[in-house]
Amino acid sequence: MKNSICRAAMVFTLALWPLGHALADSIRIGEMSSYSANPQSTDAYRKGWELAVKEINAAGGVLGKPLEVISRDDTGKPDAGLRAAQELVTNEKVALLTGTYLSHVAVAVADFANTNKIFFLVGQPQSDALVWERGNRYTFRLFNSNRSQVLALAKMAAELPAKRWATIAPNYEFGQSAVAGFRQELQRLRPDVEFVNEQWPALGKLEAGATVQAMIAARPDAVFNATFGADLAKFVREGNMRGLFEGREVFSVLTGLPEYLEPLGNEAPAGWIVTGYPAEQVDTPAHKAFRDAYEKAYGLSPKVGSLIGYSEMQAIKAIIEKAGSTDTEALIAAARGVKFETPVGPLTFRPQDHQSTFGFFIGKLAVENGKGKMVDWKFYDGADYQLPDDVVKTLRPHAATQ
Amino acid sequence: MYDASTLFVQLLNGLSYSSTLFLVASGLALIFGVSKIVNFAHGSFYMLGAYVALTVISIMPNTAYGFWGGVLIAALIVGVVGCLIEVTILRRIYSAPEVFQILVTFGLVLVFQNLIFEFWGPDEVLAPRVPGLRGAVTIFGERIPQYNIVLIFVGPIFLGLLWWLTHRTRWGRLIRAATQDREMVASLGVNQTTLFTVVFFIGTFLAGLAGALQIPKESANLQMDINIVVDAFVIVVIGGMGSILGAFLAAVLVGVINAFGVLFFPQAVSVLIFLVMVLILIFRPNGLMGGRLIPQRPSDLSIDQPFRPQSRRAQQATLAVILALALLPLLAPIYVEVMMTEVFILAIFASSLHFLLSVGGIVSFGHAAYYGLGSYAAALVATRLGLPMGAGIVAAMLAAALGGVVFGWFCTRLRGVYLAMLTLAFAQILHALSVQMVSFTGGDNGIVGLARPAWLNSHVAYYYLALGAVVVATYLMRRALYAPFGYAFRSGRDSLPRSAAIGINVAFIQWGAFVLAGAFAGLAGALMAYHRGSVFPTDFSVATTVDALVMVLVGGVQSVSGPLIGALGYHIVSVELIRNLSDYWRLILGIFIILFVLKMPQGIVGAFMGRFGKGER
Repeated sequence: MKNSICRAAMVFTLALWPLGHALADSIRIGEMSSYSANPQSTDAYRKGWELAVKEINAAGGVLGKPLEVISRDDTGKPDAGLRAAQELVTNEKVALLTGTYLSHVAVAVADFANTNKIFFLVGQPQSDALVWERGNRYTFRLFNSNRSQVLALAKMAAELPAKRWATIAPNYEFGQSAVAGFRQELQRLRPDVEFVNEQWPALGKLEAGATVQAMIAARPDAVFNATFGADLAKFVREGNMRGLFEGREVFSVLTGLPEYLEPLGNEAPAGWIVTGYPAEQVDTPAHKAFRDAYEKAYGLSPKVGSLIGYSEMQAIKAIIEKAGSTDTEALIAAARGVKFETPVGPLTFRPQDHQSTFGFFIGKLAVENGKGKMVDWKFYDGADYQLPDDVVKTLRPHAATQ
Repeated sequence: MYDASTLFVQLLNGLSYSSTLFLVASGLALIFGVSKIVNFAHGSFYMLGAYVALTVISIMPNTAYGFWGGVLIAALIVGVVGCLIEVTILRRIYSAPEVFQILVTFGLVLVFQNLIFEFWGPDEVLAPRVPGLRGAVTIFGERIPQYNIVLIFVGPIFLGLLWWLTHRTRWGRLIRAATQDREMVASLGVNQTTLFTVVFFIGTFLAGLAGALQIPKESANLQMDINIVVDAFVIVVIGGMGSILGAFLAAVLVGVINAFGVLFFPQAVSVLIFLVMVLILIFRPNGLMGGRLIPQRPSDLSIDQPFRPQSRRAQQATLAVILALALLPLLAPIYVEVMMTEVFILAIFASSLHFLLSVGGIVSFGHAAYYGLGSYAAALVATRLGLPMGAGIVAAMLAAALGGVVFGWFCTRLRGVYLAMLTLAFAQILHALSVQMVSFTGGDNGIVGLARPAWLNSHVAYYYLALGAVVVATYLMRRALYAPFGYAFRSGRDSLPRSAAIGINVAFIQWGAFVLAGAFAGLAGALMAYHRGSVFPTDFSVATTVDALVMVLVGGVQSVSGPLIGALGYHIVSVELIRNLSDYWRLILGIFIILFVLKMPQGIVGAFMGRFGKGER
């Protein structure tokens, strides 16, 4: 027993010991993501930014100093994310924060960045609120907003004869805003369209058989899907077997991402119009170089997480170089309108809402050699699919653009 | 509004889902019935079954025999793993209070998650369609996959097998006997050890089987365990703990209600199952088929020594500690202050749980409900009404106390595991509401931007506020503990009939305790809301409750100062693990929890006092 007490005391002392052992004179970046809670995507994301950091440092670093990334697991929970942010700032003395995977964690950390006046570059989360209703002047977002993808999809959907739509989306922020955005835009373009069935399974708990049946019973002409991961796999298999997708157009967000397409194998639903990332087919020189380097480093093909992680560090490098220092105010001024190169082309952060012009791919799914793949895809420049400036102004708090 | 064929097919869909639910729940019910272990890790065996089946089936030939043989082999492997766990870990905690069992199995959940990730990696895999059952059959013009039709029969087949096993074999009779009265069976000379191991084998085999049968419908993924286990518990509770037929009826009920819920109220699907459970427990407190539970031992948390007020020396020591903590900001870096502020707030939360758990023997497994009510009340008052922080804190305590009034009224009519599960159900309902009422609660994104008054803005100032709050809250809770109210509350824990005999209205006293503990948990929630500047649905989550339970355990369930020490120890250990070992923290934390329960069940304070002192622990 005495031993246990000694041990507990030792753990406690060790815990209180600030463990910061900095590289001599480096630029310290605080990074966090849901590594333990959502390894399916964040694993590729980590590989992506690690590759970028290696390349940047091999080429002489930023402002003559190496980048040093201090990475934390936010465990998929906002309070753990906040704690990690707090610790990175007060203990590790990082120059800026970046990363996160889930939207609500990003919203929490963005609020932290705002109150603590620290620069925060959001990586993967796509929540619209991050740049609009809850946007603040310290927070920038790299990946495309949920809205930009569904705007593009709704435009295409409006050209179909389909009038009766059914939707299915996980019942949390991502799914809610995807459906709301799609519906709003489609009904704006086509006032005669009606939404006859909306399914809202809890994330990860879709009971696919009954749900697909309920959608069939509503006799829709077309379907909009925002489920992904395990829910998507269930939905697709039941839908294929029960004939939900026969004779119906399906518009779907995220389904073409390698993360979600690969698990489906030959069950991948041919004919769906999806947003995604046809990593193996994008052959621009910049993307080819990225893909080759990634495959060489890890022996795997990149996923969208890899692309985002890689681009995230490119953005940070460009922002710091433009700012000339790691002072927060200088970073904000520099980030607005900064130009930086990524595997999917040059991007910038819009000064009016801190959203990057990250584009997206839309294509049709097909099955080849027992695997799903995007065909007839096109790259859409994110700059063309943003809300109009006057709408942004009404949504975004005034102080956020100061 | 829907034609008959749709309704009929939807019934079949519900029944097909029921089979999966039944396989998982019957294993859980069997294990609980005999060993009285509340096996929170049951979902992990289900997940393990899915992953093992994927591997086994990929080796087997791609034929119908290959698939069904692979499923059987996978389930057997899971059963063997279950046996190993029973022999090495669970066997040691059969006589421990149920809250310890929940914690050990929760530690197992963490260990399984980490190990399965290590072995199978992060990629999700959907198994190929089942050979021979690749298509669909058409019933009244609607198509149903053949595999789902087969699944409809799996549930009743295993119900039959289990009935045969428990009614027609000697082993089965012993299992039933042990479910009714374990001690009697032992007195008759039956070797309980083997009996328990076999039961655990069957239970985990069933869970593994359910997981293996799921892979043609769902990609194996690392969230499967948590997604199924709460539903399985709800079914076991609805059916009556330990009753297999009850589990079957409940699984059918839940499966069918879910299928029609999808048709008629798609927005409410995630709350439906908990509402059903609350309704059933109001009218049948022991579940559909649950008989009267025979108490196995005198009340679980009763202790040999009553709590005693602090001695003079202990009081002096307490003052010295408070003084030292007050001086800490002069020496320590800011990060330490931030951490300690959280420790103080969590200590209040853990103390409020300790009050119900240790003093009253009430396992509040949904304690996060009060914490979340507090944090949301504070946030709503601040952001909607624009009132200052003081008003927010008062509102938080009132809201959480009101939660105590409502939930306490239902919960004090139940005992033991039923009570634990009902409190869990309330917390889950609030969690679902906080996610769904987007315009009111902000949904998943919660409410951000809570501003503290200017004088509290610095970390140091908030540190002192939290320190003051924990001192005052602890003092008040101790006053309650040593007041007649506290004595009466404890008497209810130690002996219901005797307390009743001397004229104590135990249920009423317990109801009061729910209100009191709720108010303090609400205070902790509000302080945390202002500390973070934001509130989120995770405040209502199972994980929040489990954290508090582990804190109480680490400090020592039977120690008045346990929650304070536990909050300090656990919060710092877990945060440091997550910070430094992002790939293995769940494994280490899980092992830490298991070892703690096995080796130091009396907690840090208990161990210390057992060696060095008497008096208040």
